[in-house]
Amino acid sequence: MSLRVTLATAVRVLTQLRRDPRTIGLLIGVPTVLVVLLHELFADRPRVFQSIGGPILGLFPFVSMFIVTSITMLRERVSGTLERLMTMPLAKLDLLLGYGLAFALVAAVQASVVSAVAFGALGLDVDRSPVAVVALAIGNATLGMALGLFVSAFARTEFQAVQFMPAFVFPQMLLCGLFVPRDEMARWLQLVSDALPLTYSYDALRRVTAAPELGSRFALDLAVTLGATFLALALGAVTLRRRTP
Amino acid sequence: MASAISVRGLRVVRGGREVLCGISLDVAAGTVTGLLGPSGSGKTTLMRALVGVQQAVSGEVSVLGAPAGSASLRSRVGYMTQSPSVYADLTVRENLRYFARVLGAAPERVDAAIETVSLDDHAGQTVVSLSGGERARASLAVALLNEPELLVLDEPTVGLDPVLRRDLWATFHALAEGGATLLVSSHVMDEADRCDELVLLREGEVLATGTPAELRLQTGAEDLDRAFLDLIDRAEAKG
Repeated sequence: MSLRVTLATAVRVLTQLRRDPRTIGLLIGVPTVLVVLLHELFADRPRVFQSIGGPILGLFPFVSMFIVTSITMLRERVSGTLERLMTMPLAKLDLLLGYGLAFALVAAVQASVVSAVAFGALGLDVDRSPVAVVALAIGNATLGMALGLFVSAFARTEFQAVQFMPAFVFPQMLLCGLFVPRDEMARWLQLVSDALPLTYSYDALRRVTAAPELGSRFALDLAVTLGATFLALALGAVTLRRRTP
Repeated sequence: MASAISVRGLRVVRGGREVLCGISLDVAAGTVTGLLGPSGSGKTTLMRALVGVQQAVSGEVSVLGAPAGSASLRSRVGYMTQSPSVYADLTVRENLRYFARVLGAAPERVDAAIETVSLDDHAGQTVVSLSGGERARASLAVALLNEPELLVLDEPTVGLDPVLRRDLWATFHALAEGGATLLVSSHVMDEADRCDELVLLREGEVLATGTPAELRLQTGAEDLDRAFLDLIDRAEAKG
């Protein structure tokens, strides 16, 4: 492990992203437009927007970073740059943490802009500091990134990688409690929901947004989100092989 | 002369097919050794085994005195893959800066490597905007960054104009005179004459090794293309 290589990798990934202003525009513009849309959709029922606005803000970076990372990593595998790096004095963790650092920074910008619009222009109000929502959003982005890195190992083409988004992200979105409260779900769906990391990060966001007390469940939420991120990173490291067929 | 590479009984299976069938060879230190053979003969697989990225390798592969793929070799061996492995959306200089930091090479080496491959005029251009030959040279420059003791170059001169090819071969020999060992693959026989030593590979077996002059003498053929064909015919006659 080397700080020099980790930082160099983060700078490199950010430079690559800078070369692609349209992607940056989409990363920031799309969630902003969606939040505005959500606000308009519930124009007559402001309480709905108040209760789901906060959690939604925190979930955008999860989705964006999952897609961006899985494609970027796939490109690295296909273009041969990964093979080249694997012949160099670079630890796998340097590469993963470099990616993590770069995309966490992008997520921070994304979450800050979208939050500024939601809290400023759209009048979203949460019980606790908006900073807590942004912080959780960055945590979610890192989780999305780690999962994206891991699943990219199972994609041979960009088409496949894009399809992993609905496969890995949609079920977590459906079952996390956003659409139907978890205690109203069938027992087996609750059990599946229990096993999905997004359930916990959604719950943390919900508590920060509206719950009167964070409670001990909040600590569990953070621990599971963090644990799932590290587990996905570790699994991602396992899929990064120096020797390939 | 000491061996920079020593291979004994190297066998590689890819996709159920035996790509290298238990080959043995030595590459002397400080030479430019050409690895020649038609496409599909196993050149790339051999090079991948030498730099330690090939899976399912059996046999003994020793590089600079250490088993191939050892962590200690990662800063001593430079590898250029056949397709240019540089970041298309970065400029030539940004690519080299990144790889220099990974390798721990001095920042001055970036410009030196750019100059060696004559990309000075394109250093600020993104790789995607370069021609095929220029991309290959950008990829070659990465392998030269940390002045490695062994350079493993997979078809570095494909698609380059004759002047550039001549210059690069001069560079390879200059590096060898400086003490480096170079293993350079090509499927073009006219490059064979530019090498100190040759390894002819065909269908996963070493067909012949020696200097260009030795191979001519052995076959009685004047040009190396003919010599190679003679060797193939003889091997096939032997069955």
